[in-house]
Amino acid sequence: MLDFIKKFINKVIKNIFKGRKHVKLGLYGPPNGGKTTLANRVCEDWLGEKMGSVSSMAHETREIQVKEQINIRSKGKELSFNLVDTPGISTRIDYEDFIKKGMKEDEAKSRAKEATKGIIDAIKWLDDMDMVLVVLDSTKDPYTQVNITIIGNLAARDVPVLIVANKIDLKKSNMKRIEAAFPQYKVVGVSAKHGNNVDEFYEALFALSK
Amino acid sequence: MLSLEFIPYAEIEKLTSVGRIRKLLKLAKEKKIVLLQGRLKKDEETELIKTTMEEVNKDFKGIELAVVYPEKKDSDFLNKIKNTFFNVLLGDRLGFTVIGPASVVKEIKRDPNKIQLFTGNLKRRRKK
Repeated sequence: MLDFIKKFINKVIKNIFKGRKHVKLGLYGPPNGGKTTLANRVCEDWLGEKMGSVSSMAHETREIQVKEQINIRSKGKELSFNLVDTPGISTRIDYEDFIKKGMKEDEAKSRAKEATKGIIDAIKWLDDMDMVLVVLDSTKDPYTQVNITIIGNLAARDVPVLIVANKIDLKKSNMKRIEAAFPQYKVVGVSAKHGNNVDEFYEALFALSK
Repeated sequence: MLSLEFIPYAEIEKLTSVGRIRKLLKLAKEKKIVLLQGRLKKDEETELIKTTMEEVNKDFKGIELAVVYPEKKDSDFLNKIKNTFFNVLLGDRLGFTVIGPASVVKEIKRDPNKIQLFTGNLKRRRKK
């Protein structure tokens, strides 16, 4: 009962402030899911500029990046938000993994240190999000504890969540596996890199903001 | 040698969130695999990841974590009532949590009802 009252008060407060400020739309998920690629897609589509650099090496994004006042329009509707791209969340960071990918030791240690700080910041920012896109690589097993923890945490705070199954252009992509893992959430498949299915993604974003 | 430590829920029940996280991380840093009866709260799970990252250094590379919680999705009305009753009664005591140091546990694969734990040194599959 207390939990219900707490959630109700949080919702009322959120709705009061929703009208006064830009909605914060967070991009969350494990490393290499394509969060920054999706952020770049959104920014290029609506602002004509990119948000950040992408790489096949994990933990390329190690700082929170915010792009303010993005206005998207579709079928007479308009949605305005600040886009928050966060570092990929994981439970382990080993600088030797970066060395195995060809980095020098000093560079690898520095990247590992920045990556751990990035994860801490990403978790701290969870408190500030009004809506969240959980970006998952659709070629990989979605049933990991990090994904479950992020989504469970957002559900406990009553934050609207849309699951974005990225990389649907790849042969190994398996949307059904993601839908089966998180049946209570809307899942939209995209290829952020190639722009496949982005119209459906924007429609789902409008639906999420209601 | 692989060391597994079982923690009954009663041992963490009275601890604060910080106390629970500290206790679990301390054991992981001692290179022990922890089998905890029940589970942490959702915000404690997130806090565990955050605290783990704060403590990563050259000797401690982080953790692998898996929570298995019984959820019957297709159960009928009576079973739903039964499950709700057990949830109210037992709460976070249901299910179990596995936490292992990343240097020992390379990966935990899971589906809703079972987990597979892969250790680096033994190079062998261990089924729970």
